[in-house]
Amino acid sequence: MASDGSSDRQRVAQQRLRIIAGHLQKPVDVDSDILAAECKAQGPKTQASSEGSAMPRRRQEIMKWNGWGYIDTKFLFNKKGQAEFTGKRYRLSGMIIPALRDWFEGTFGANLQHKSLATPILTSGAVQPPTLNEAFVEELKSTGIPFSHDAEDRVFRAHGHCLHEIFALREGKVGRVPDLVVWPNCHNDVVKIVELACKHNVCLIPYGGGTSVSSALECPPEETRSIVSLDTSQMNRILWIDEKNLTAHMEAGIVGQDLERLLNESGYCTGHEPDSMEFSSLGGWVATRASGMKKNIYGNIEDLVIHVKMVTPQGVIEKSCQGPRMSTGPDIHHFIMGSEGTLGVVTEVTMKIRPMPEYQKYGSVVFPNFEQGVACLREVAKQRCAPASIRLMDNEQFKFGHALKPQVSSIFTSFLDGLKKFYITKFKGFDPNCLCVATLLFEGNREKVLQHEKQVYDIAAKFGGLAAGEDNGQRGYMLTFVIAYLRDLGMDYYVMGESFETSVPWDRVLDICRNVKARITRECKDRGVQFPPLSTCRVTQTYDAGACVYFYFAFNYRGLSDPVHVYEQVERAAREEILANGGSLSHHHGVGKLRKEWMRETISSVGMGMLKSVKDYVDPNNIFGNGNLL
Amino acid sequence: MASSAVYSHRDPMLKKRDDFEDILEERRNSSDLRYALRCYTPVLYKGVVPCKSSMLKIMVLQSDQLHYVINQVSKETGRETDDVKDEASSILDEMAHCQQLSTVRFFAFTLSKVFKSLFRNICVNEEGIQRLQQAIQEHPVVLLPSHRSYMDFLLMSYLLYTYDLSLPVIAAGMDFMGMKIVGEMLRMSGAFFIRRSFGGDKLYWAVFSEYVKTMLKNGYAPVEFFLEGTRSRTSKSLTPKLGLLNIVLDPFFKGEVFDVNLVPVSISYERILEETLYARELLGIPKPKESTSGLFKARKVLSEDYGSINVYFGQPVSVRSLAEGRVNRGQFNLVPRHIPRRHGEDIHSFVSDSAYKLVRAQEENMVLKPWVILASLLLQNQAAGQKQGIALDELTAQAVWLRDLSRQYGAFLHWPEHIPPSEVVSSSLSLHRGLVRICEGKVQLAVEQEVGPVVPAEPRSTVTPEEKLLSQAVIVLSCASYRNQALHVFLRPALLASAIHTASSNQKQEVFNSFSFLRNMFSNEFILCPGATVEDFEEACYLLGKTGALQVTQQEVLVTERGHRTLAFLISMLDPFLQGYQVVCRFLCEEATETLTEKQFIPAVRKFIIKHLLAGRLRYAEVLSSDLQKNSLAAFLRLGAVQKIKGVDPVTLKVNKVMVNSLEDTLGGKLPTQKAVVARL
Repeated sequence: MASDGSSDRQRVAQQRLRIIAGHLQKPVDVDSDILAAECKAQGPKTQASSEGSAMPRRRQEIMKWNGWGYIDTKFLFNKKGQAEFTGKRYRLSGMIIPALRDWFEGTFGANLQHKSLATPILTSGAVQPPTLNEAFVEELKSTGIPFSHDAEDRVFRAHGHCLHEIFALREGKVGRVPDLVVWPNCHNDVVKIVELACKHNVCLIPYGGGTSVSSALECPPEETRSIVSLDTSQMNRILWIDEKNLTAHMEAGIVGQDLERLLNESGYCTGHEPDSMEFSSLGGWVATRASGMKKNIYGNIEDLVIHVKMVTPQGVIEKSCQGPRMSTGPDIHHFIMGSEGTLGVVTEVTMKIRPMPEYQKYGSVVFPNFEQGVACLREVAKQRCAPASIRLMDNEQFKFGHALKPQVSSIFTSFLDGLKKFYITKFKGFDPNCLCVATLLFEGNREKVLQHEKQVYDIAAKFGGLAAGEDNGQRGYMLTFVIAYLRDLGMDYYVMGESFETSVPWDRVLDICRNVKARITRECKDRGVQFPPLSTCRVTQTYDAGACVYFYFAFNYRGLSDPVHVYEQVERAAREEILANGGSLSHHHGVGKLRKEWMRETISSVGMGMLKSVKDYVDPNNIFGNGNLL
Repeated sequence: MASSAVYSHRDPMLKKRDDFEDILEERRNSSDLRYALRCYTPVLYKGVVPCKSSMLKIMVLQSDQLHYVINQVSKETGRETDDVKDEASSILDEMAHCQQLSTVRFFAFTLSKVFKSLFRNICVNEEGIQRLQQAIQEHPVVLLPSHRSYMDFLLMSYLLYTYDLSLPVIAAGMDFMGMKIVGEMLRMSGAFFIRRSFGGDKLYWAVFSEYVKTMLKNGYAPVEFFLEGTRSRTSKSLTPKLGLLNIVLDPFFKGEVFDVNLVPVSISYERILEETLYARELLGIPKPKESTSGLFKARKVLSEDYGSINVYFGQPVSVRSLAEGRVNRGQFNLVPRHIPRRHGEDIHSFVSDSAYKLVRAQEENMVLKPWVILASLLLQNQAAGQKQGIALDELTAQAVWLRDLSRQYGAFLHWPEHIPPSEVVSSSLSLHRGLVRICEGKVQLAVEQEVGPVVPAEPRSTVTPEEKLLSQAVIVLSCASYRNQALHVFLRPALLASAIHTASSNQKQEVFNSFSFLRNMFSNEFILCPGATVEDFEEACYLLGKTGALQVTQQEVLVTERGHRTLAFLISMLDPFLQGYQVVCRFLCEEATETLTEKQFIPAVRKFIIKHLLAGRLRYAEVLSSDLQKNSLAAFLRLGAVQKIKGVDPVTLKVNKVMVNSLEDTLGGKLPTQKAVVARL
């Protein structure tokens, strides 16, 4: 980072100049925007895209086409049968994880002899040739906007990361895929593409980070028009930073990690850190109502967004000012946020930014049982003193986390670990099969963090919680990023899994956790799953009136004739159970096509009608025809 | 655990039932004391830590629900909350159990002695016990025994202790508390006491429901109560009471537990201890108040032989499976769960249907002894007016016929196969020698028995015809109570047989209308699930068709040549009820005045019936049963033929004579049924 110091200053200066230039220009009409946000195609390239880490157009060059994340990073069992995490990108990369194998075999009844490896490469015959709308393609060519109908490019954008999507890819099965991929470089490119799509009646599906887990990116199989995937990844610039108002204006294709990194270089951050932030994009966050891990300090996406520009078939929708709050009828941002690509493409967003926190501290607390843990989180929420992040894992997840401990380098550390374990289980009398762990992240200035930390630990103590060190906390958060890679390992050995979330009032948290976990176990049993599934949960967010709960389930599917179907039935049953227990349809994953069937009961028929009428007005010809939500 | 497991009426012959083990056998061969003091370590629900009864009280008093209701009551009445709280606390003290293992051991010891002297054996299906053990570990369990005797709940606790299962907490009626020492003993063995009626008392209801729910939710112990609400004096299952069932299902509806296992338990007595006691009660000879001294006086029953008891622990019924697709639990999402609310129609009908299913499950697993067959035959014979009785070999032949028929209808009949039928018959008769008399090779009910031998000094002339009638009725009603044990087996075919009998043609629709009318009429009398008319009709057609008594085509229902005997038997079985309801109609038309109060109804109708019996206009002494009279009144109220005039005290009955008249005529087959009920096949 140090070497970047000088270029940093340069860039800040440039930005200032640009902002001032922006101020000097008279805002007469929309054109002024275009001037302020000149297209990369014409203008000089900004620093952001020259960083090299931005997403290439051919994503499959650095990312797996049939699994999670980077090609160079994966879990595997090496020749000695030890689990290993490859690559260099993460703290855990390159390490041996000795306990994982036992946990894996013990939890799922899996066996390293029984492999279910993925099809290594996509056979060209598996992908249907593109249905191209010649007139559209011709006109698109004349605009100079890059596009492709290469099979790999198209397949990559035909899916999100639902289990059934990845499972099919691993088997080399490909359904309906987009016929064309376009890479607009700026807002104006998008305007042109949408105009052409309307003119030639082509179906557009916006594509940001591709991390959807709601079947939102699946092409509707009944779609007969040419489907064009609109990949926003090249629209990844920070257009300006306003230090007076602490806002920044970005193109919507920028992915989370780039956004944070670039802002950090100027001493700022958005603080919006969804678990998928390595890959998910700003536009995607807006389109799905995303939530970040540190929302307690920074807020969720709806709290962070100041201004949004979206291109729809009817034209561009945006507000005329950046006032922090408006009383001008229903907030039009709320039609955009959560629209899941059914109304248009989000092209530019103005977001709140904050100075980077001076001090960060991880922490963790062990509770004798989950009930006590939830009671503590509830109290923390009541006193409104939640740290930037506070998460409570249940016992199964605690054990899972334990299994992911890397090989310890010194005898001393392992001795310390043993001592800690002894202290908690023997001296304090915690039952290792009941105890659970909360992980904490504090942010702010040093003094306040320490004060805050004490307050939280004091509350925890009232509920029998014992501070369990920074290390456990930090590992907990690091695991968030590597856990997604683990599913691919499971699928190599007949284990399939998925996570899903909900939000629920405080008084129902314990009930919903118990019932949903039990329902998963029962459904798996009823459907012939031989080994009891892993069915576990954690409370990941606290609010004044409730919490967000995350469930994980995974099972050994060896011997099942149609495992994906079993999995889908179980997941469906689990969602029914969530709704019956007062949970919401989704806290932040969105509805997509996966949860559409429950929309009417969730928002009432009138609510459906409202959304439908908006869709009918904005996009009467269903150009944005991904079929999500309604 | 599927809902279909509750009861299946498609093919009763295929039903597999478990075998029984006699638990008294071991008691007769080993020390009762050692048994009472043995190590008792039941398995618990998901390793829950047992909760002291004092702790339980604190949990209830601190619950959100009770807090809410206390505040509400305090607001409404203007009383101090502390005052209301104290009242809640004293209600709880009056109610709560304080189970102690020592008391349980005491009972284990004494009951061993008592049971051994009273009963030949106590047979339990051990597979049911194993299922129960499994169920207790998985989810909170509710035990739902049938209720025929005071014995029932002591017996249940005794059995669970014997099998090392968690001891239940039992909802018992307040009347037990009248017996000072015994009441406290029962409390210490796990009974908790509820008032018989507390209609509008919000606070009482809140304490009570929270108490039950707290025990259930935490899975401290199986909760036991009687769906029928009280002991059935007639051995017919009583229509279920829904209050407690509502309470135990509530935690499931509200998501507070994942599931609740309901375990129907069928306890059948070969000879009921309270046999004549019940008969007298039904005849209006008031029941002695429960008192400890009364219990001691009753100890002479100890010297008699009461045959055997069969206890069948049914398949646990998962509430979750029952509710699947029927109850939208989401309806509780929008109001805090601790605020008491009236349930919606869907929940209400679900609870009611479940209750009926469970009572039917109890009925189906009720073991029938040969005597039940004999009692049915003897009653019909007696009513047919054959004073000199029926020849023993004739009775045996009929019994064998009825045995086979009942088995085809799915009866759980314990007829010893290795013994010749004649011996089975004579040993049954000898066990019930108080009710039958064998004279010159002919068997008859002991109705002509003189009071003489017991009180020889009393001059015969003082016995009025009315007293003589009543003493005969005691025998008839006792006998009827045994026949009633088999009623559920024959009920649907009997309704169909009677419907064919009264219908004006063989048209299927016509027969169905008639069936539907009778079924509707008798739905307070027998266990007939609301809204299941078509299913019941089909079941009856199926059973009668299967046994060759009927030919059922698309259009017609025809009685076959060999079916006449079966149909005649079935019609006779239902006839006392048909006649009874008609007499009550007569009474309402002829004698009911403007000022007839609800309280006067039973004595007045009884007097009317006695008059008819003495005049020979009525054959069935069992119509004197107050149970029948109450049920018929309830039916007439339900159908709107009689109305309660409230507001004035006492409550009076207003009779719609036109309607009652037409009901009587329809029952008697004088009027076609097309208008009586709106029904559709």
